[in-house]
Amino acid sequence: MFNLSRKILFINKLAKTKFLLMAFITLILTISCSSKDPQSTFDTLGPVSRLQLELFYILFWVGLIIFILITAVVLYIILKYRAKSGDPIPEQIHGNTKLEIIWTILPIIIIVAIAVPSVQAIFASSKPDNSFTNNDLTINATGKQWWFEFEYPEYGLITANEVHIPIGEAVTIKLHSKDVLHSFWVPKLAGKVDMVPNNNNHLWLQADEPGIYYGHCAEFCGQAHALMRFKLIAETREEFEAWIIHQKTNAWTTTDPLAQQGMEIFMSREAGCYACHTIQGTDKAKGNQGPNLTHFASRTHFAAGILENNQANLREWLKDPNKVKPGNLMAKNAGIYNGTADELTDNEISALIAFLRGLQ
Amino acid sequence: MTSFPLQISRPIHPTGIWNWITTIDHKRIGILYGVTAFILFIIGGIEAMLMRSQLASSNMKLINPELYNQLFTMHGTTMIFLAIMPMGAAFFNYLIPLQIGARDVAFPRLNAFSYWTFLAGAIILNASWFLGGAPNAGWFGYAPITGKAYNVGHGIDFWIVSLQVLGIASLAAAFNFIVTIINMRAPGMTFSRLPVFTWMSFITAILLVLAFPVITVALIELMFDRFYGTNFFITSAGGNPVLWQHLFWVFGHPEVYILILPAMGIVSEILPTFSKKPLFGYPVVILSGIIIAFMGWMVWSHHMFTVGLGPVANSVFALTTMAIAIPTGVKIFNWLATLWKGSLTLNTPMLYAIGFILTFTIGGISGVMHSQAASDAQQQDTYFIVAHIHYVLFGGSLIAILGGIYYWFPKFSGRMYNETLGKLGFYSFFIAMNITFFPMHFTGLNGMPRRIYTYSSEFGWDFWNLISTIGVFLLAAAMIIFIYNIVSSWINGEKAPADPWDARTLEWSIPSPPPEYNFAVIPTVEHRDDWWEKKMQNKTSEEISSGDIHLPQPSYWPFVVSIGLLIAAFGLIYNIPVAILGTAITMIGVYAWSFEPVNDPD
Repeated sequence: MFNLSRKILFINKLAKTKFLLMAFITLILTISCSSKDPQSTFDTLGPVSRLQLELFYILFWVGLIIFILITAVVLYIILKYRAKSGDPIPEQIHGNTKLEIIWTILPIIIIVAIAVPSVQAIFASSKPDNSFTNNDLTINATGKQWWFEFEYPEYGLITANEVHIPIGEAVTIKLHSKDVLHSFWVPKLAGKVDMVPNNNNHLWLQADEPGIYYGHCAEFCGQAHALMRFKLIAETREEFEAWIIHQKTNAWTTTDPLAQQGMEIFMSREAGCYACHTIQGTDKAKGNQGPNLTHFASRTHFAAGILENNQANLREWLKDPNKVKPGNLMAKNAGIYNGTADELTDNEISALIAFLRGLQ
Repeated sequence: MTSFPLQISRPIHPTGIWNWITTIDHKRIGILYGVTAFILFIIGGIEAMLMRSQLASSNMKLINPELYNQLFTMHGTTMIFLAIMPMGAAFFNYLIPLQIGARDVAFPRLNAFSYWTFLAGAIILNASWFLGGAPNAGWFGYAPITGKAYNVGHGIDFWIVSLQVLGIASLAAAFNFIVTIINMRAPGMTFSRLPVFTWMSFITAILLVLAFPVITVALIELMFDRFYGTNFFITSAGGNPVLWQHLFWVFGHPEVYILILPAMGIVSEILPTFSKKPLFGYPVVILSGIIIAFMGWMVWSHHMFTVGLGPVANSVFALTTMAIAIPTGVKIFNWLATLWKGSLTLNTPMLYAIGFILTFTIGGISGVMHSQAASDAQQQDTYFIVAHIHYVLFGGSLIAILGGIYYWFPKFSGRMYNETLGKLGFYSFFIAMNITFFPMHFTGLNGMPRRIYTYSSEFGWDFWNLISTIGVFLLAAAMIIFIYNIVSSWINGEKAPADPWDARTLEWSIPSPPPEYNFAVIPTVEHRDDWWEKKMQNKTSEEISSGDIHLPQPSYWPFVVSIGLLIAAFGLIYNIPVAILGTAITMIGVYAWSFEPVNDPD
């Protein structure tokens, strides 16, 4: 009896230390990759990323145990078998079939055990099963050097760098590229899938909570790859539908004289902005080289998710876009930036800002 | 004998630069390979330090994005093709003939040709820095960003042409070693007695022969796209960029094993020597090497889990990738069993070999993590992968190569290195390496994509990036200790005996450094670890040579043929007539080589 209770006590103690150790390691992981950070893969806010993190943890713990065992054996060997002077030559052991069979079978068993959840996860993350609410919302995402275009085909709506989805629904995102390879990645919601020209890829994701999620291009795509980002805004179904209705209206209604002047610059031959940007409801601005700006002011960020949408940032951008995003098409092709037309004056920039800020 | 034009007699230059240019001695070529590769390794390291400086904190303005892209492309290409691979070739050259009891390789002039062609490839690639900018599309050169539409300069052209030239060098070397190992073994040196390093080199050479044609096909297609307007990878004309990825990784994954198998061979030599025990489970270690090499052909798409190949393909490649962990794990267990109950001398090479086991295990474990296609979608193209690749290449291949340099240093230099400095170098290297690369696991899991030249402070990546950057400078300091130790010991280290480690294989039975002819008398091999067995049985009596040793003679032509390739490569990029001239020089060189006379023995 006494022995048994001691044994139980010991096991308890062991379990406790194990628990403490696990808690400690998890703590290190979470501190090192703080889940508060906007692209942390530990802060899973959707079923796909959660599934991926669960699989990661299985591998992490198995791997950690194997590493600790191997390190322990190495340390033991180093401490125990150091050569001392006068040591005889150790026994020349050439092998041991039984041992070798054991340590061939052992990893096979581990691998087979891991293979089951592995393959399950591949299929589970490839498409949503029936347990998810699915309103068949499909969004076309197109990667371009270096920004994202989002199209809602069923609503006839095109926007840029900011994609809205309703929470609690499985959303399918079809992935395209207009030029080189890109990759669509919202770390808190789902792992990435590449955007490959001439290949129609897709992924699905679901956001459980409303919020602004960070997205980042994850496949090297040239000079400004580091600056190719976007925001995914998850909101309730009602908010989402309201957003859709708002986005479908024509934005241009302001009568502010400064904004009016800005529009004239936008539509002028010298500045030529209209040739590449669409603003719905105007006759002239129908270009599709650059982002659709119809409801520009309703976006939280611009320049592919890298700048907050405010006066100061807009000024910085319009003054010298190449400084903000090296190599971008606007800096390269627009006469006002490549030196083939007069540069914008500060007043003209102010007018353009007023115009853009009016595109609610 | 009939006389042919251009029948120039063999060069006789006992010393000086011409001696090195015309040498066909495998030991000298090995040293040429090693020194050249090490210099290129330093260049690749400087590129890494520049990148890490730019990433030290968010929004740094040290390096512009275009230069950054060139730096990471050149860092990857340099480290893989110009540093680690040729360092492996240095070991092959120096050691294989010594380990199998031969006086040289099967084709000594081809061996010299391999070296000079490798040097030509290195020059072509690095010349791009001075001729309008280095390649900037990554060492993987994913289409279509390598196409003319997105990449107008000559950088990519240099990359394409130099890799093809390097491919010629690698293929020539690989054929040479395969034939050498099959045909030049001393009597009694059967395949079941072959030293493990030679075995791993043999497997590596076979992988090279099979893998390089695949990348050559891809490179030629890309070259035709860029030079002659074909549409293999031109997406606007319907080309499929995924084709490039398949071709690249069908080569690229065996390439991973081309980089790691020689390292495993080196470790399998060091561990037995310094534990005074034979390698545990020799047949199993060899067999796992073969299985790894074979299965290496079935896993390439695990580099493409996010390309959209679909769940079935992803599952298949996830399973094959997991399976490859089995023979790798078996090797690690066998190494541990080799140490078990041994009599361990923890000097510098041994420390590197044990360090290899630990860091390579970390890289192996993160490798199995990446085999999980579903969770890999979160890790692919992030710093977590950067951490993984550096744990297997730096903490795997390179750490073993550095250990190998120390281990065979007495043999090739004839001198002993400084043990205290060696250990200091190892510990600082090992610690700095982990400070540099371990934090990349954290930044990767924290969502940091790779190949970005800058990042915003809002991501929370600043701290660990700074640590990585500090680590790389510590690493540079550790490498300076290593270089100082090697250089100063080479110049005035203590004279080394033939067998300073009481080692096991044939290279230790001959003087340090070995005479030009290696073995006065070709040994007759009776055991695995023959030299050790002979020492045990006190049968190591010096045999005196009969004095009539036939050695292959130096030649000008390998150098000339390589120069022709160098000129042809620049011609392909700039001017076709120059390419024709270069090819003509090569052809003349090959012709003269074929009919090169042999000087009279006396």
